[in-house]
Amino acid sequence: MPIVEDVSFYLHKNEFVTLLGPSGCGKSTILNMIAGIVPVEEGKVYIDGRDCTGEVGNVSYMYQKDLLLPWKKVIDNTILPLIIKGETVGEARKKAIPYLSLFGLEGFEYKYPFQLSGGMRQRAALLRTYMFSKDIVLLDEPFAGLDAITRYNMQSWLMQVADKVKATILFVTHDIEEAIYLSDRIYVLTERPARIKEEVKIQLSRPRERDIVTSTQFNRIKKHILLNLS
Amino acid sequence: MKKWRSIGNKVIPLSFSTLLIVFWQLIVERGVIARYILPSPWDVVLVCARILPEIKEHIYTTLQEAFTGLFVAIILSVMMAILMDNSPIIREVVQPLLVVSQTVPVMILAPLFAMWFGFGILPKIMVVILVCFFPIVVSLLEGLNSLDQDFLNLMKSMKANRWQIFYLAKFPSSLNNFFSGLKIAATYSIIGAVIGEWMGGKSGLGVYMTRVRQSFALDKVFATILIIIVLSIILFKIIELIQFLVMPWRRAVSK
Repeated sequence: MPIVEDVSFYLHKNEFVTLLGPSGCGKSTILNMIAGIVPVEEGKVYIDGRDCTGEVGNVSYMYQKDLLLPWKKVIDNTILPLIIKGETVGEARKKAIPYLSLFGLEGFEYKYPFQLSGGMRQRAALLRTYMFSKDIVLLDEPFAGLDAITRYNMQSWLMQVADKVKATILFVTHDIEEAIYLSDRIYVLTERPARIKEEVKIQLSRPRERDIVTSTQFNRIKKHILLNLS
Repeated sequence: MKKWRSIGNKVIPLSFSTLLIVFWQLIVERGVIARYILPSPWDVVLVCARILPEIKEHIYTTLQEAFTGLFVAIILSVMMAILMDNSPIIREVVQPLLVVSQTVPVMILAPLFAMWFGFGILPKIMVVILVCFFPIVVSLLEGLNSLDQDFLNLMKSMKANRWQIFYLAKFPSSLNNFFSGLKIAATYSIIGAVIGEWMGGKSGLGVYMTRVRQSFALDKVFATILIIIVLSIILFKIIELIQFLVMPWRRAVSK
């Protein structure tokens, strides 16, 4: 049985698009294919009209796990993509330092990852993803491992950051509220093999306040998706 | 409460060992076992102090063999582990041979080495290499394999090449296992040299041990054992210290 079947979607520049589907439906596989990590048997990946199928290094990718290296200090973890590109630690650190406050890591840059809270570790991982500086960012359930309150705060924070840094984000989650709150558009996926069940445009104005999740409009969208998923 | 428990954790094993030694001392002193069959712990310590001047040179020889052997074993095993990690074919070919090499009794190999390589320092070093090689290779190999597959993918997505994946991620993540193997190897290295020396030679703790055993000087045999134990523990502690210095992040974790 194929993991993904007949899935076709697009992202506009600076758009926040979410793939929403049940756990294990193949969402991560789709991201892995876009990132060029798993072979694509059928279908194509286009970036700016160019066929990028099976190519690595075109997108910034962040996993559900923070995957910070325990033996590297926070700042040295965030500059990993620059080090891989061949920059020296000195110049790479200089590039990362201006972003520390935006990513809420100021004062913690010379700590080791285990000295950080779960939310901070996730923000450090996100800064590392950002330092790879590709226009397209893939985020695979980045907040799934966090407790509800931290997740809540991280969502608001990500919203602000996304507005500031102007990136095109493809977000994966199984959390309906998270998807609606953050996205411009949502693709609802089916169980395995993953197919696109529906495309939902979220017409909530930006910037969105945190309490938007209790509004009638928000809940109407939520109800619609819930009914569609069951 | 917590502090008390941590003191208790040290006090209990220490007093147990002390109790055993006191018990041993008492049996010998009360004449339950004759002194020429089993010297008392105190006798051993006294003899140890007395023979120290004459045994110094032997200690030096054994340490030289152990260090040389350990050093060569580290280099060889690190190279072998890296090769095996990078090539599945080499891994398949070498792994069974490695295991087999460990099943051959060292006691039999040592005299063979003496026959092949003479009575100099070389056959002793060979024995040390043989006993030290295996634990380092096995633990390092496991360490190199312990890296999260997702992390490998993450590095690939950042366009890291194989060398970068190795030195940025794989090697540092294997350090913990590497040091575990190194600690075992270090403690084996002294006894490996001693076994090598049993087969003959000019000096070394093994040579000395054989001599005093043949003259039934049991107190000196025990004194030599004590020296071997102390040397091995010191070596073990040195490796632990190096690990402590090389892996600062680990220090903080245990806090």
